[in-house]
Amino acid sequence: MSLLRIENLSKEFGGVHAIEDLSFTVDPGTIHSIIGPNGAGKTTLFNLMTGVYAPSAGRVLFQGKPVTGRKPFELAAMGMSRTFQNLQIFFNMTVLENVMVGHHLHLDCRLIPSLLTLPGLRRRDREARDTCAALLEFVGLSRYLDADAAQMPYGALKRLEIARALAAGPRLLLLDEPAAGLNATESREIDDVIKRIAASGVTVVLVEHDMKMVMGISDHILALDYGRKLAEGTPAEVRANPEVIAAYLGVQA
Amino acid sequence: MFAEFLQYLFSGLTSGAIYALAGLGFAIIYNASNVINFAQGEFIMIGGMTAASLVAAGTPLWLAVALALVVAMLVGIALERLAIEPARDSDVVTIVIITIGASIFLRGAAQVIWDKEFHSLPAFSGETPIALSGATLMPQSLWVIGSSALAIAALWWFFNRTLFGKAMLATSHNRLAAQLVGIGVKRVLLASFALSALLGAVAGVVVTPITFTSYESGIMLGLKGFSAAVLGGLGSGLGAIVGGLIVGLVEALASGYLSSAYKDAIAFIIILFVLFFMPSGLFGRRGTDRV
Amino acid sequence: MTLFRPRTGGILVLAAIIALVPLGLGNGYFYDVAVNAMFSAIVCIGLNLLIGYGGQISLGHAGFFALGAYGSAILTGRYEVPPLAALVLSAGAVALIAFVLGRPILRLKGHYLAMATLGIGIIIHIVLKTESGLTGGPDGLALGDFTLFGLSVSGERDWYWMAGGVLLLAVWLSLNLIDSPLGRALRAVHGSEAGAEAAGVDSSGTKVRVFVISAVFASVAGSLFAHKNGFITPDIGSFFHSAELVTMVVLGGMASTFGALVGAVILTLLPQVLASFEQYEAMILGAIMMGTMIFMPKGLLPSLAGLIRRWRGER
Repeated sequence: MSLLRIENLSKEFGGVHAIEDLSFTVDPGTIHSIIGPNGAGKTTLFNLMTGVYAPSAGRVLFQGKPVTGRKPFELAAMGMSRTFQNLQIFFNMTVLENVMVGHHLHLDCRLIPSLLTLPGLRRRDREARDTCAALLEFVGLSRYLDADAAQMPYGALKRLEIARALAAGPRLLLLDEPAAGLNATESREIDDVIKRIAASGVTVVLVEHDMKMVMGISDHILALDYGRKLAEGTPAEVRANPEVIAAYLGVQA
Repeated sequence: MFAEFLQYLFSGLTSGAIYALAGLGFAIIYNASNVINFAQGEFIMIGGMTAASLVAAGTPLWLAVALALVVAMLVGIALERLAIEPARDSDVVTIVIITIGASIFLRGAAQVIWDKEFHSLPAFSGETPIALSGATLMPQSLWVIGSSALAIAALWWFFNRTLFGKAMLATSHNRLAAQLVGIGVKRVLLASFALSALLGAVAGVVVTPITFTSYESGIMLGLKGFSAAVLGGLGSGLGAIVGGLIVGLVEALASGYLSSAYKDAIAFIIILFVLFFMPSGLFGRRGTDRV
Repeated sequence: MTLFRPRTGGILVLAAIIALVPLGLGNGYFYDVAVNAMFSAIVCIGLNLLIGYGGQISLGHAGFFALGAYGSAILTGRYEVPPLAALVLSAGAVALIAFVLGRPILRLKGHYLAMATLGIGIIIHIVLKTESGLTGGPDGLALGDFTLFGLSVSGERDWYWMAGGVLLLAVWLSLNLIDSPLGRALRAVHGSEAGAEAAGVDSSGTKVRVFVISAVFASVAGSLFAHKNGFITPDIGSFFHSAELVTMVVLGGMASTFGALVGAVILTLLPQVLASFEQYEAMILGAIMMGTMIFMPKGLLPSLAGLIRRWRGER
């Protein structure tokens, strides 16, 4: 069974079709990339899948259940985590706290225990601290553990978002341009992190501009243009597709 | 029966016109700067109090009114320069607190400069009521409605027919683009405060013969104007006018037929309903957050 | 466990200050001022959770303060409910009101939220002024002493210790909450609502919970204030009072529990110090609001802490 299934999805903004009648599936345990030129609708698609936008038509199924219209936090609870192209870091908190917010779903958020700091809550919070510290190490940020998020360099923030998303313990991780704005070295590091995430059994959906990275790590690629599916298949198939070449190079096909 | 209804209608239109002017003041500043100026009502108070005290001191009415408008505009300009400009890039909560602070400051200043008493102006053209199908209309109400209509028309002309007005409109649509084509955004901000203050002072001057004025009278008028602006859709000029009239009419009808004790609560009950059920108001643009 | 955490230091220092201040207080008048400062501090500590940590403004918290006060006055006066039970019942009712209103209100942001909370505060104020059968209208209501387990709290000294105890409790609860998963979720919502939602935080649920807590803090302080004063008028629920509470929070320092406390104390003491400038009180309050936001938007305590950090760093 596919982990994520998109059926005839459409989204219109004031008459403009950002996504038009799009269908595809994501199989568990794969790295699935979505590529396309600027304005192809990649981020819109992401926001539709994660419940930020409601689609004009069509539906999204996650683990076989229709999830269209669910709020982002409900999807997170079902096992879908994401990062953002425009970083959504909690700059008013420390690095470790940022990741611990990601672990939120596994912690007690009832009002009375929080006010009284009951012992059980405190113990589980300590365990969460260890789990999240380990995740920071996993993405290579352990030296920033107690720093304020506001003091981190850009490249590190990107990895912080990944650690936060992983802290929820997702089955599906959606990464929105994780390498955008990074230099070659940083980009390779992210590359490595994504591969290790996939190896740990988390399914990854990736929106990315960096062709080299996409071709290198993806099991499956979906190419979009003007909100429609242009091509789909393995990296080799997509690379050879004349329409994809035309869309990227601007050549008339 | 009908006469009674007509009577409420007159009173609703009169206060509605004032709320519309206050609401327009909010809209102009909001469009230019994304600031909600909680001190808007104080311009109304300053207009009314200045004119009233000048007339009491023997100044001819027309001169007192002109001076009141000038004083209010100067206060508006000072407010923008001294309190808003230094905090331009702050978040919404910060600016809200600054303008509330300004409102309290101006109220306190009025109490020091004048006093805590009610002040009045003579009606502009006599106190002889005009009888109309059993209801009566005070000539001053016509002054209120007429001046508001005139102010709105002048505003329309300013925004659509003058270069500077168009520049202000352009800035409200896209600040960066306006800056790039050489519009002085700072001047636009300043002008928006001056213009809002002017509108407020007009409202304050024409309504004072009917309602009287005191250092405290700005706050309620201002908040109702804000209700009008939100009801119409923040940033929409037409919305503010329609919103103002609706708030005025509903308030007059509800306090006439239901309960006059709750007159002042009605605007806020309307606004809570609007915010709960259609947060972008009647004419507002619906926005989506980009992430 | 909690005893060995760094924040315990703050609570101990506060307890010591509360214990020592009476040595310097000459007569009943000073006790009176100190008690009022502590009541305001309790409201501000709750309000700071919402404004400072959650980034959500409320311009109507005086309304909840007044509801607590009137709840206690009406329940003890008319229905002869024991004062402590009346305080708890009022707080429960306020919690319910805040919960029901909080759902739709906290979906709103920025100006709209300011307007909605302001509207609720004003409506409460008008209701208190108008329903004179129940509330005594503008003339106000009188009420009796507070009794705690059969002991009557009366006189400035009793009230001082009572207010001090409740204040310590409020600080402790606030510090606990901020450091809990719920508190982190709240701060995350302030930092980035989209990010928090993606991390699984029910942002509106989180905001509502904190709105309820802050309303309860205000209600409890209102009940105590009413008993201590022995007499209340609707003006304790006015917009002016709401604005004053917000000023205390921002002056002392947003996102700082002790900052909220400091702000409340300063703004309560100020009119006493400036007694001869009474007519300038509103101007001074307004100027403080503007000046704080322009020159140190983080507020007194966090700005001071920053200065000290920088000074230490340079040495």
